[in-house]
Amino acid sequence: MKLSEQWLREWVNPNINTDELVEQLTMAGLEVDGTEPVAGEFTGVVVGEILSIEQHPDADKLRVCQVAGGDEVVQVVCGAPNARAGIKIPFATVGAKLPTEDGKGFKIKKAKLRGVESHGMLCSQVELAMGEDSDGIWELAADAPTGQDIREYLQLNDTIIEVDLTPNRADCLSVAGIARDTGVLNKLAVTEVEVAAVAASIEDTFPVAVSAKADCPRYVGRVIRNVDVSKPSPLWMQEKLRRAGLRSIDAVVDVTNYVLLELGQPLHAFDLNLLNGGINVRLAEQGEKITLLDGQELALRDDTLVIADQQQAVALAGIMGGAATAVSSNTKDIFLESAFFAPVKIAGRARSYGLHTDSSHRFERGVDYQLQAKACERATQLLLDIVGGEAGPIVELSSEADLPKAAELNLRANRIERVLGLTMERAEVKDILTRLGMAVTDTEQGWKVVAPSWRFDMAIEADLLEELARIYGYNRLPVTKIHAELSLRAKPEAQTELQLMRRQLVANGYQEAITYSFIDPKMHELVCPNDAAVALSNPISADMSVMRTSLWPGLLAAMQHNLNRQQSRVRLFEAGLSFIPDGSELPKQEQMLAGAITGRRHPESWLENGETVDFYDLKGDLEGILSLCDPSGSFEFVRGECDGLHPGQTAEIRRNGENVGYIGAIHPQLQKKLGISQAVYLFQVNVAAISRGEVPAFTELSKYPEVRRDLAVIIDREIEAGAVQKAVKAAAGSDLTNLRLFDIYEGKGIDTKRKSLALGLTFQHSSRTLNEDEVNVCVDQVIKALETQFAATLRN
Amino acid sequence: MENLESLAALARAAINDAQDVSALDDVRVQFLGKKGSITDLLKGLGKLSAEERPAAGAEINKVKQALQQAIGEKKSALETAAIAEKLAAEQIDITLPGRGQNVGGLHPVTRTIERIASFFEAIGFETVEGPEIEDDYHNFEALNIPAHHPARAMHDTFYINEHTVLRTHTSPVQVRVMESTEPPLKVICPGRVYRCDSDLTHTPMFHQVEGLLISEESSFADLKGIVEEFLRVFFEKELAVRFRPSYFPFTEPSAEVDIQCVNCGGEGCRVCSQTGWLEVMGCGMVHPSVFEYSNIDTEKYTGFAFGMGVERLAMLRYGVNDLRLFYDNDLRFLEQFK
Repeated sequence: MKLSEQWLREWVNPNINTDELVEQLTMAGLEVDGTEPVAGEFTGVVVGEILSIEQHPDADKLRVCQVAGGDEVVQVVCGAPNARAGIKIPFATVGAKLPTEDGKGFKIKKAKLRGVESHGMLCSQVELAMGEDSDGIWELAADAPTGQDIREYLQLNDTIIEVDLTPNRADCLSVAGIARDTGVLNKLAVTEVEVAAVAASIEDTFPVAVSAKADCPRYVGRVIRNVDVSKPSPLWMQEKLRRAGLRSIDAVVDVTNYVLLELGQPLHAFDLNLLNGGINVRLAEQGEKITLLDGQELALRDDTLVIADQQQAVALAGIMGGAATAVSSNTKDIFLESAFFAPVKIAGRARSYGLHTDSSHRFERGVDYQLQAKACERATQLLLDIVGGEAGPIVELSSEADLPKAAELNLRANRIERVLGLTMERAEVKDILTRLGMAVTDTEQGWKVVAPSWRFDMAIEADLLEELARIYGYNRLPVTKIHAELSLRAKPEAQTELQLMRRQLVANGYQEAITYSFIDPKMHELVCPNDAAVALSNPISADMSVMRTSLWPGLLAAMQHNLNRQQSRVRLFEAGLSFIPDGSELPKQEQMLAGAITGRRHPESWLENGETVDFYDLKGDLEGILSLCDPSGSFEFVRGECDGLHPGQTAEIRRNGENVGYIGAIHPQLQKKLGISQAVYLFQVNVAAISRGEVPAFTELSKYPEVRRDLAVIIDREIEAGAVQKAVKAAAGSDLTNLRLFDIYEGKGIDTKRKSLALGLTFQHSSRTLNEDEVNVCVDQVIKALETQFAATLRN
Repeated sequence: MENLESLAALARAAINDAQDVSALDDVRVQFLGKKGSITDLLKGLGKLSAEERPAAGAEINKVKQALQQAIGEKKSALETAAIAEKLAAEQIDITLPGRGQNVGGLHPVTRTIERIASFFEAIGFETVEGPEIEDDYHNFEALNIPAHHPARAMHDTFYINEHTVLRTHTSPVQVRVMESTEPPLKVICPGRVYRCDSDLTHTPMFHQVEGLLISEESSFADLKGIVEEFLRVFFEKELAVRFRPSYFPFTEPSAEVDIQCVNCGGEGCRVCSQTGWLEVMGCGMVHPSVFEYSNIDTEKYTGFAFGMGVERLAMLRYGVNDLRLFYDNDLRFLEQFK
């Protein structure tokens, strides 16, 4: 909320400067977002009067005015379409300095415009940095004293303070509210505006019924006849509205806005003669239509409260009036509404129609439920002063049962100490609460506190604690040095933390990426065409609208981003959730770890020959992670198929028969569609499924020598090395302590359909030296097994 | 005996002139070998009288020993020189880069979360995580934000359906902890959060670390103590910290925490919008209604909660001036955080 400092100081005027006031409000929880002067820096501008005007001899759009206000009547050339004799305007005299964006100022000099001398300039609001209106020169009130300095006349030595209020402090959405808190903070009384009941000068009333009592516990209305809406609102009111960010519309609207800003009560004025039969406050019919003041037509839902006459809904209660019954220049009689709508019944309604108004903002947060009649009287008084007319008696419909009750709270002295860590004097507690408008009586344990009607945020004891802390000063509250009981949790040693896996990848040259959890559905379709995905019902854009089922789309997009920026070697990983709909209320959300590499195996270097990465580079990195988690060999790489991957270069990673992830080369078609010109390798594993291993268990070191035998066997090319190794281990017996595959050869000297594998077998016994014969038996068993299972032959 | 002296002189000169170990050995053979000239002198002792023999023998042996020593010294000098020469020939260019991978790096968000977590873990907080697609109950209701509460408008929620949202904060993890764990408890909840907002200073996904402490004696004074200490440790700087009253539905009293601007030291600059202060955290005493939702005795226990935006802290710590860089995943950005 924006308000003028001068306006606030009319209510309460502490002896502190603007900066101190701003700091004080901020530190009391009424955060000041910013301040700005109410007008730009300028000098030498006075109230001018156009005495006469004639057409410029050589320019269609320019006119020559005789202007009073300076030291003498001077001639000014002006291009504004609204310039005419008799009006008062801001007049920048020769030597005046007008505001500019850069703050340097623009000096007005004597000039010749198309051959006619001009001694000064007539100004619009924009030229004085005082508003938006640049349609023409600014027409001041007819009674503006010609020659008076405009800063003095408009009281421009004022600051606009913008307060960013939290939703609980709707009581401060008015000058009165901020003044109340300012008074409390400075221990000053607040000068409230005097509101006397306006005596009815006519008997006229308009029938009001409230069908939805719970939604509208109080409705106050009044008829005012014979208003003259041609009369503008006075300058002081226009200026206060302007400084609060509201434009002057007409006197009736201005008055309702003014009272809203001054007291915090939203009001609405109807053209009485356009209302049919009587007012009823009721819920809308499903689909009922209304055209609002701003011209938009809505079809309403039946949870929406409306003000209706006997024909139609004439206003969205607490949100916006309707166009059909709006006050216009033809209005003679008005019906003024000042109501209390229950916040819970109003909350969310405006937003659900895409609306947000000053009125809905206040009603959904809460308005003082005792304010309606007072605001109505205040508005009546102002209206009669400005547009004249005769007021009828106030009609009030209240449903006491539905109105909020003043909160009665118990505050315990020991709770202050327990929660705030502060022993506060009883007198100080009472003083603070009383200043805040609470009725305080002593009780055995502390106090009974009744909150004032405007503090609808007071509901529990903790609310009072916050008020005490707030007024006492958060920064003055004590600070305790950290102290804690040492209760150490055992960290499961067999569990490898994600943090370590990340570190391992970093050491292997991977850069961590963080990509959005919501991705482009097109990308999802390309990479994971067979996965159902969770869609957002209100995505921020179409390309961020489905939740990822895999980390690959994000990593591939990040890879594309970098490849498109002259990076040719990219190694990325990411850890994060994937979201798989599984029919339960919340989808399955599992932590995944994924990586993607492309480009050179090593950074370009004098040592390297520029080889690019292949499947086994990535597999080696992944095996590093897996053996970090569990070195016992529980992970198995099995030929597999996976969306997005090359069918001949894909492995499924299994542990105890369960899938824990995939690794492979990107599918060439996918690669082409992504416009990536180099091979990419990808892995993804389920973190929970791999992170648990075993605590190391010691085995005795053998004192006896080990024996190594190397075998070269020739087998069919299709046979996988993994199967051969498995068979070797099974056949070699328990003395085999190590098996290495140290060479693979295809080519010259070997059948083109065959390949040679070189295997290194290490044997060792834990308690004796193995003799030659024993080892030979084992090796023979291995050879026999390979012959029968794989038709292997020994290579000579 | 004149012969001995001239032989000795000859031998010394030869030792001196020897250029390598084999030349030196030739010298040894020439003078001290079986047929060497000094050896010959010893052999010729027999021709001397018994009276002359001991003195002459001693004289020759003395020269022999001296020569042996000289040869030994020369030999080790030659060997040392040979090693030095070999070493000199083996010199390599140690300024050439080494073999292997460049080290990669953690994302600055992860790096920042780890720094935050390490502080809190050191004082006994446990790190817990939870789902990012949440139900309305855990994200809002159990945190005292009923339907249509104005605070919901502040959250710009992404919806999956009417009852399911992308979590707007990590507080629902705290609710899940309270549901499943008896107090006292101390947890921090780092993770991704989502709000339907995207502009220069907002990304629709960002990270928070929120913390919760519940015990029989925690007070606002303890909260202030932990927060102040954390900020000093995080920024490795003595800096002014201030607490301002604020509003969160799940805490009461609630506070915003500002630190003295780390860019200008409180003088006022572009980073702090000329105020000298930077808002870095929200915190407060857990609202009794939140305890009630999770069946925690509001008389027995008090607690406090705090939360911070990770990107915000990372930007301040590392001087990053554009939030959106965090999610471009441009290597030129990421590689700056090694």
